[in-house]
Amino acid sequence: MAVANSSQYLEAYADRFADLSEKSDSWLKQQRTEALGQFTATGFPKARDEEWRYTQLSALDKTLFLPAQKSASCAIDVEWLKNYQLADAWSIVLVDGFFSAELSQLDGLPAGVVVSSLAQSLADPKSALLIADKFNQAVNVDENGFVAFNSAYFADGVWVHIPAKQILAKPIQIVHVATQASVAINTRSIIVADEQSQVQLIETFVGLEGAYVSVSVAEVFVGQNADVTLYKVQVESEKALHFGGTYVKQARDARFRHDNFALGALIARSDVHTDLNQASECEFNGLYLGIKRQHSDNHTRINHLKPHGISRELYKGVLDDKARGVFQGRVVVAEDAQKTDSQMNNRNLLLSNDAEADTKPQLEIYADDVKCAHGVTVGQLDEKSIFYLQSRCVDEETARNMLTFAFANEMVDKVKIKSLHDVILGQVLLRFPQEGVNKEWL
Amino acid sequence: MLSIKNLHVSVGDKPILKGINLEIKPGEIHAIMGPNGSGKSTLSHILSGKSGYTVTDGSASYQGKDLLDMAPEIRAREGVFLAFQYPVEIPGVSNVYLLKAALNSIRKHHGQSEVDAMDFLTLVKGKVRLLDMDEKFLYRAVNEGFSGGEKKRNEILQMAILEPKLCILDETDSGLDIDALKIVSEGVNSLRSPDRSFVMVTHYQRLLDYIKPDFVHVLAHGQIVKSGGPELALELEEKGYSWLEDAEASA
Repeated sequence: MAVANSSQYLEAYADRFADLSEKSDSWLKQQRTEALGQFTATGFPKARDEEWRYTQLSALDKTLFLPAQKSASCAIDVEWLKNYQLADAWSIVLVDGFFSAELSQLDGLPAGVVVSSLAQSLADPKSALLIADKFNQAVNVDENGFVAFNSAYFADGVWVHIPAKQILAKPIQIVHVATQASVAINTRSIIVADEQSQVQLIETFVGLEGAYVSVSVAEVFVGQNADVTLYKVQVESEKALHFGGTYVKQARDARFRHDNFALGALIARSDVHTDLNQASECEFNGLYLGIKRQHSDNHTRINHLKPHGISRELYKGVLDDKARGVFQGRVVVAEDAQKTDSQMNNRNLLLSNDAEADTKPQLEIYADDVKCAHGVTVGQLDEKSIFYLQSRCVDEETARNMLTFAFANEMVDKVKIKSLHDVILGQVLLRFPQEGVNKEWL
Repeated sequence: MLSIKNLHVSVGDKPILKGINLEIKPGEIHAIMGPNGSGKSTLSHILSGKSGYTVTDGSASYQGKDLLDMAPEIRAREGVFLAFQYPVEIPGVSNVYLLKAALNSIRKHHGQSEVDAMDFLTLVKGKVRLLDMDEKFLYRAVNEGFSGGEKKRNEILQMAILEPKLCILDETDSGLDIDALKIVSEGVNSLRSPDRSFVMVTHYQRLLDYIKPDFVHVLAHGQIVKSGGPELALELEEKGYSWLEDAEASA
């Protein structure tokens, strides 16, 4: 029997499911059916789930978000899109969850590198075989209701395949654009970087005005000794709900870095999980900004499964007005994962009395020879720093603004792709007290 | 330049400075020495406007204006510069950004327009070379991950660029090895001029080997117990502070 908050979705999505199911190969049909069963049983996550206790999802009950339909991408102002789409990257654009060939820029990809629509690739037997091998291998449909919902109902997404030893000169950007209100956009990305390859990827989520739901699941497979960096830039419209999970599997000696900029949406939840193999390394960076009534929930999990893994994590939150930020970071060190070296940090800056930060770092260690540390702070601006700036001629209000910006800018400065750095910087500045922060001087 | 009269300062209910008198004329270098807890740091803090102190009596006037009545940033714009004992690390703000913000605040305060970007860079790079620093330093976050020596050098760099009238050096020698001490001292010496004054607060005499003061004052228990020329510092080095404190106690 369907639980309360999924039944109206099951009904409204019945036709969509039948249509997708019919188009799917048998393996995918089976995956979708299994996911549907899971979603029917659990629905969307509830506050009583420990992993979701800080995030209220009643908005999904109050409004029924219908499946997004493929719309004509000419509705998008190309000039506007240039604010987000990088000129010096290969980019694939999804409009309301559907691939747009005319907005994408994929000319000149090296031979063997694949960046394409997931739906189109599933229709091609050769690539479908590769996708079948990876689909739902980095995440299980019982992970949470959104993964089940996404697996059952995704219509399109992105398939990226970087062959062995390929080092890409330019980044690959996946641009998710939402143009419709009152719909749910479901996208699935599968990214495979074979052994010894190197690639930088960017996932950008942006929307026009309006309330919509974006549900995006990405699975990333980092091959042996490969190096993958994935930047996520979430600047959804201010009424949007964003649910996104990035689930990673790292092979031996693989390196993975994830930089997460959670700036937009009314309610946003991001999950980033990775499984580390022997001597593999991951670096998670995050910045969440909250103004007005924004709610940003950031959930990470790092599973050290084998020895000699290294993980570094730093998430920072800046919360103003009545905004609420959540950080739940979990590091699990398996019994076999000796010599693990792990550091997790979460720092929150509260700018108003009504803002709230909930932070829950968790270390679960089953091995006995490891180096693991975690630290958390929730606080206000440092008075010593304010005085230091005052003694350097800066008035107090400007000093406060500078320090607030600087707190966030530490994360922006980690972005090494210049054009992306500038986009993120612009988006951060948009959401900040600007007096005292002179963009031209940065 | 600076005239301190009968200055009494408390932290909470606890009196720290108990009647300081000090006259500093343009171009002079005054060293304030004293044992730990004598009130040296309080003196540099109160002059630069750090909060948390209460002036219970007395006055400090700077270029004829009531210094204690000014906000810290106004003092700085008027030409008072505090070189910190422990310079603060500010991740996310580059050195060059802070220098530009500071310099333009001063210019605005004096009714001048913003500094031209090219002129600014020329100025800053010139000073960087003068202090034997790497230009990359400018683009790093303020003091972040700097060694003790680099932090102090950075303070002197800021001083060189902002061209203050009254420089207060708070324990500038602490945490410096001999090479860093030389570089910092050379930097300070190069800034000496007939219209710029220095107050050097220090525990040890060794800084005074490199920066020759005109006057040395010994602070103990919140009062200046002895003033003299540079030779006083040598005497302190030899005998320590106890003879002065004892003398004061028996007086």
